[in-house]
Amino acid sequence: MTRGGRSPDAPHLAAYLEASAARSPDHVAVVGPDGTALTYRELNERAARVAGFLRTAGVARGDRVALLLPKGTSSLTVIFGVLKAGAAYVPIDWSGPVDRNGRILTESGAVAVFADPKPLAALTAGAPATLPRTVVVVGGPPGERTAWDEVLAHAPMAHAPMADAPMTQDGEGMARSAADLAYILFTSGSTGVPKGVTLTHENATSFVDWCSEVFAPTPEDRFSSHAPFHFDLSVLDIYLPLKHGAALFIVSEELGQSPKKLAHFIADHALTVWYSTPSILSLLTQFGGLEALGKNALRLVLFAGEVFPVKHLRKLVQLWPHADYYNLYGPTETNVCTFARIPVPVPEERAEPYPIGPVCAHCEALVLDDEDGREVAPGGEGLLYITGPSVFREYWGRPDLGARCFIERGGKRWYNTGDVVREDAAAGFIYAGRRDRMVKRRGYRIELGEIERGLYTNERVREAAVIAVPEPDLGVKIIAFLSLRPGERASVIEMKQFCARALPSSMSPDVFTFVEAMPRTSTDKTDYQALVRLAGG
Amino acid sequence: MNEIRAVVRDFILSNCLPGESPENLTDDAALRTSGILDSMTTLKLVSEIEKTEGIEIEAHEVDDENFRSVDDIVAFVERRRAAR
Repeated sequence: MTRGGRSPDAPHLAAYLEASAARSPDHVAVVGPDGTALTYRELNERAARVAGFLRTAGVARGDRVALLLPKGTSSLTVIFGVLKAGAAYVPIDWSGPVDRNGRILTESGAVAVFADPKPLAALTAGAPATLPRTVVVVGGPPGERTAWDEVLAHAPMAHAPMADAPMTQDGEGMARSAADLAYILFTSGSTGVPKGVTLTHENATSFVDWCSEVFAPTPEDRFSSHAPFHFDLSVLDIYLPLKHGAALFIVSEELGQSPKKLAHFIADHALTVWYSTPSILSLLTQFGGLEALGKNALRLVLFAGEVFPVKHLRKLVQLWPHADYYNLYGPTETNVCTFARIPVPVPEERAEPYPIGPVCAHCEALVLDDEDGREVAPGGEGLLYITGPSVFREYWGRPDLGARCFIERGGKRWYNTGDVVREDAAAGFIYAGRRDRMVKRRGYRIELGEIERGLYTNERVREAAVIAVPEPDLGVKIIAFLSLRPGERASVIEMKQFCARALPSSMSPDVFTFVEAMPRTSTDKTDYQALVRLAGG
Repeated sequence: MNEIRAVVRDFILSNCLPGESPENLTDDAALRTSGILDSMTTLKLVSEIEKTEGIEIEAHEVDDENFRSVDDIVAFVERRRAAR
């Protein structure tokens, strides 16, 4: 390996696609929600045109390119085009609030955006200053040619760099390095501002290569892509099948919310690998009508992002008895770093959730006391720290935030996950909760502080405090306590409507409770414990 | 005949709007675009209606027209009854 990463073997996400396209050009790579299928050759060539277009537009190595697109073959093509161009992609929730999306565009410093007409119109109306210099409209009324069609038809193709191409050669010879930024995923931030987790090609490929070892995919596999692309589960969804020349079936956002349609989708496409949050698997179990559909082709069912209630997991295993089940654990900052195979069937008497399991082979783990920072005795509770090649480098533009969550030990840099665990000699790590105000809901990581900040933007609100309490079906229930300005009145419906505009849907509280004044601690802070008691917790 | 309206209203008030006064929920209020019904509670509501009415609701029927408001849901159920 040479410094600067000019080796053709430098781990790179675009190289997965290029190698598969060379091996099996006519094999189907991806099937979109509308049934559009692209072979490996087609996907690779289209992505090369996107890369060529980006270079023509002046997009350079390390630049950020945003996606404001529904899931589909086009958004996947954009992702690989951006990576081929040596840039990093920033996937944005196109259905999310305009202000939040505008902020992510500005914060990431994106130089180009590929956008669906609908969210683009909202952004142009609501936050026009956040739009970068290059905007490519993707999709639109049938029959109407868009900028996207022009890119696919006329842009020069920028293929993979040649092994010995000089770095200075324009276009074709762009150098690649495993240390290049590949994508930025924005997650909820405790101060109310989303924070961008920056991941390099090495971060991603070290995780994907681990998946190859453990899950042994073949070109005959048919993978689901359920998670939105701005969610870190999408990294496995996209790159593992494309690395192995398998087929990827993209689940649209709309289909993803409908258990009955999803159940048919899994059966009709004979999917062999499924990966999603437990929430969606619970919904499939309860509302998918799986009993009537009979045996399917699934060989692997993977889940991550939150605790899977055992009641629903047991039922799912009964309905799909032929698959292997794995619980994958890891924050966006590390991707999956521990994993546990679920023994099947799930015993009737089992009530507590399954462990998150031992550390993955590409990572190392430490459990430290959250007060004195010393290693805890075996079996004791402490904070889980992770090191390894998949661990992120920094939060985009926020070196202060990043510095706070790393420690140095034994010459290595360890990331504090903030998750409290204890280690069991046989089962690996057992998740025991959090000490801070971050919760998981439908697999999404939510900082209660971000919800509070959203509520404070309502002019009638004087004080807002948000708590989360356990709930058997939802995992957690989010309760907002509000005190209003003197003389103001607000109904629960009005607050729901306000939150639908001001917050991502995963952050909208389940319950609103109006109080005269917030309970206070002796140091005059909001007394969250009193609020938990008030909520009956 | 119209107990379905009460079933739908009770469901929404207790599952989606705990603490809200029933009179604040008008029968023509938008439920899905306003964030009152989310994907999870929509599924539960569909399941509740299926049980009450003894019908099977197809996934494609759960759209923004049929489930826009309490009035629309009631009208949808009544059409399904008439078609039986």
